[in-house]
Amino acid sequence: MDIEQANKKVVEAFMEARPVVTTMAKALEVVPGMHENMILHAGPPITWETASGPVKGAMMGALVFEGKAKTPEEAEKILASGKIEFAPCNDHMCSGPMAGIISPSQLVYVVENQTHKIKCFGNLNEGRGKVLRMGAYSQEVLDKLKWMETVLGPTIKAAIEAIGGVDVRAIIAKSLHMGDDGHNREDAASILWTTQLAPYIAKTAKDTQTAFDVIKFLGENALSILNPIMASCRSMTAAGENVEGSTIVTVMSRNGTDWGIKVSGLGDKWFTAQSPYVKSLYFPGFTESDACRDIGDSVITETAGIGGFAMAAAPALVTFIGGSPQDAIKTTMDMYEITYAENKMFTIPYLDFRGTPTGVDIRKVVEKQIAPRVNTGVAHKDPGVGQVGAGVVSAPMSVFEDALVAFAEKYNI
Amino acid sequence: MAVLKTEIRSGVYYDSAKLMQLQRILADLPGVEDAGVVMGTESNKEILTHIDLVTPEVKSATTNDLVIVVRAENDKAAATAIGSVDEILSRRKEGSGEFRPRSLETAIQNLPDARWVLISVAGRFAAALAKDALSNGKHVFLFSDNVSVEEEIELKSIASQKGLLVMGPDCGTAIIKGACLGFANKVPAGPIGVVAAAGTGLQQVTSRIAQLGSGITHGIGTGGRDLSEKVGAVTFKMAVEVLSRDLETKVIVMVSKPPAPKIAEEMIKVALRAGKPVVVNFVSYRPSTTQRDNLWFATGMDDAARLAVELAKNPPTLVDDQELKLERFAKGQRYLRGLFSGGTLAYEAQHILADYLPRVYANAPINKENKMANSMASTEHSIIDLGEDEFTVGRLHPMMDNELRIRRLYEEAKDPDVAVIMMDVVIGYGSHPDPASELAPAIKTVIDEAEKAKRHLEVITVVTGTDDDPQTLKNQIKQLKDAGAWVSTSNEEVCRYAGRILRGLNAEATPTPTATQVDLASLQADVSGINIGLESFYENLKAQNVPAVHVEWSPPAGDNEKLKGILERMKAKQS
Repeated sequence: MDIEQANKKVVEAFMEARPVVTTMAKALEVVPGMHENMILHAGPPITWETASGPVKGAMMGALVFEGKAKTPEEAEKILASGKIEFAPCNDHMCSGPMAGIISPSQLVYVVENQTHKIKCFGNLNEGRGKVLRMGAYSQEVLDKLKWMETVLGPTIKAAIEAIGGVDVRAIIAKSLHMGDDGHNREDAASILWTTQLAPYIAKTAKDTQTAFDVIKFLGENALSILNPIMASCRSMTAAGENVEGSTIVTVMSRNGTDWGIKVSGLGDKWFTAQSPYVKSLYFPGFTESDACRDIGDSVITETAGIGGFAMAAAPALVTFIGGSPQDAIKTTMDMYEITYAENKMFTIPYLDFRGTPTGVDIRKVVEKQIAPRVNTGVAHKDPGVGQVGAGVVSAPMSVFEDALVAFAEKYNI
Repeated sequence: MAVLKTEIRSGVYYDSAKLMQLQRILADLPGVEDAGVVMGTESNKEILTHIDLVTPEVKSATTNDLVIVVRAENDKAAATAIGSVDEILSRRKEGSGEFRPRSLETAIQNLPDARWVLISVAGRFAAALAKDALSNGKHVFLFSDNVSVEEEIELKSIASQKGLLVMGPDCGTAIIKGACLGFANKVPAGPIGVVAAAGTGLQQVTSRIAQLGSGITHGIGTGGRDLSEKVGAVTFKMAVEVLSRDLETKVIVMVSKPPAPKIAEEMIKVALRAGKPVVVNFVSYRPSTTQRDNLWFATGMDDAARLAVELAKNPPTLVDDQELKLERFAKGQRYLRGLFSGGTLAYEAQHILADYLPRVYANAPINKENKMANSMASTEHSIIDLGEDEFTVGRLHPMMDNELRIRRLYEEAKDPDVAVIMMDVVIGYGSHPDPASELAPAIKTVIDEAEKAKRHLEVITVVTGTDDDPQTLKNQIKQLKDAGAWVSTSNEEVCRYAGRILRGLNAEATPTPTATQVDLASLQADVSGINIGLESFYENLKAQNVPAVHVEWSPPAGDNEKLKGILERMKAKQS
């Protein structure tokens, strides 16, 4: 076994992956293993009892949306009964922000990693405010989901198909040169996304009002491309999974209860620990006591080499931690300490176009005791409230240490 | 009664995070109950309404307006809060400092030209770091103590293979091209290079040099244990060797606490090859002379500094081994035979020759270990005092009767391994009336015989006497010289001449294992360094305008033995 060779192979696969959004479809039709009574969620596996507030709230909303329950109260009963199967998005080639709830009839983006012929999926972004992904399930939230399913989704699908697919990797690369980090700040990428889609929406939408509504919705949402980017990042790291002898992390994820990782050379095994709280700035009226533990699959972006790892490209983000732009650079520099390679596709102008730190190596994390840094939003701890702030968080060290011990056991080191 | 105060700023843009930060600061001000700082979008206005931060101005704000609203205990608190907005927005974080790498590997990427790595972490972590530095081709200044001697030996073995210096462990002082590493004094640039296995020794000598108006090229520390027999002065020798090649270094000073005797001799050997004056100051070392070859022996550190400054100012003409014409000797000729009539002369010869030869046997040795097994049969380098009782039983003393010495001369001269024969000729009252008249023809014979056998035999004689002696000194010298002998009236001169020839002939016979030479350019380049450990060392480098990076180091794997073990085994497997 040659760890270096294995890691090289994994990281090369991450970088060579070329994710393209080709269409949209119902989750039930395209997501592997999806069935009528399954709900996907963010992070490592959970039970109803251990699920965090936002995950519970979003599942309740999703069940009402699916028509399986008439009220959130009824949905709660069904969910607690064990009739619905819960599974991590990451285990089904999906990636879901915050609560990360994907239910069978939701429309999902189909992202094709054309290099490795891997398909991954992500749902539509609902914008900011009271949204299902933050655990909100009011009528307003459900109405928006309905609109997304019937108007937004089909319109975007038609436009994407008319374009012939949108190259997400190219958008990420460009956006890093425009002040984005690819995770928490996607202002530039969302604009690039919208400007690519807009002419085709104008052309294919069923009427001008629909085109207006959809373009306006996309244009006003600075996170409109978050979900396709996450699915794209998942398709990159999926290309590096299950390589014998590799110490590279292929999945990082959390669900408000646990933080979990998977390591290429350790197959499908999750390594988990209690999810930490985010060091955050809060929206008006909210404080730390309202916050849920760190949540969401969006840390797949850091896993693929962007997000917090590319913070030097997005200095404006540091105000979230009350820091200076120098701190953004420091964050990226620290991440070079624990990653295997510098990205060939994603570069940082300020660092003389150095590639972003890519491929978290559990050996380096443990040796240097530097945990991956993540830029993220913060959900309210209770179901039904929504986002309360945003900030930065470090992964719990113990998941990397546990993985290292397991690696040593598996490979007789 | 709470007071609401609003300020609307049109057409300004701040990052939302910046606004959240402003809001938090405002809410924390005295007398302020809550604050909202948002762009005037519909959803934001809705949030403000929910938390009782709504005013008519807020309601009429548009998307492009920055809305600042505070709820305070009274007007004054509200006004103060609103009034401080500009000051808060213009606040800059105090320099959160320059970037600090977390590992040597990253530090090297950041400062690839750094040639020096300063290590001052706890001893048990130091060796691994030093090894990393060496494998990256860096010289190491190792301040840490509690590094085991085994680790030191291993580090220095790696270093000598790579031509790198490991200064330390427990090395406190070095000055490289004017840059002070660790504890050191600001000494002007000058012609003197110092190598020291003594930290304060290096400081004292370099400071004295500065006080005497001169300066140094480099001051290289080695760590005290470098001069132990186990370590074998690896760093010291490499340092002297590289300074020998440095044209800017005109004089080398060697300073140390008392070294192991064997090591002291090895260092002297390295110094002899320097090709420039070397001042030797080993505490408590007793040389046989104050000056020989290119070596000046100092009585102390003050004397060492004074000598070095003097020698740099007035460079002496160094004797050259070329005048010895070693090429005259045949291959294999390398031994000395001394045939003395005078006991004290023979004794002194042994003492002086110890400066040049590892071992000289004698029938009357200074040191019992060097006692000849059989006085009649010489081995290797041998000095025979023919005035000893064993030779004078039933026979006249060799100062009166030359017969036995001549017989022994013929015998020794036949040995093809012999290169030098030393003899004394002591005249005056009581001695043979004309010893040279018998010795000179015999000397001529052995020289001629050797020449016929394609060898060269150097016969060196010391003549003790005066011109007023019955035999007259001049007359004796002339006869001996005519016979082909090298003659002097000084026993020391004779011994040192013989010693130099023999050292020259034996040098090739016993080649010393040599380390890879230190790249001189790495010393002459401007210093830049990577510091791991004591932050003050880093600050000192910065204060000297030396480019430096400080590593924000922490023990590997949080010093968890199990995890460290796994990581080490992984590394071992990989390499």
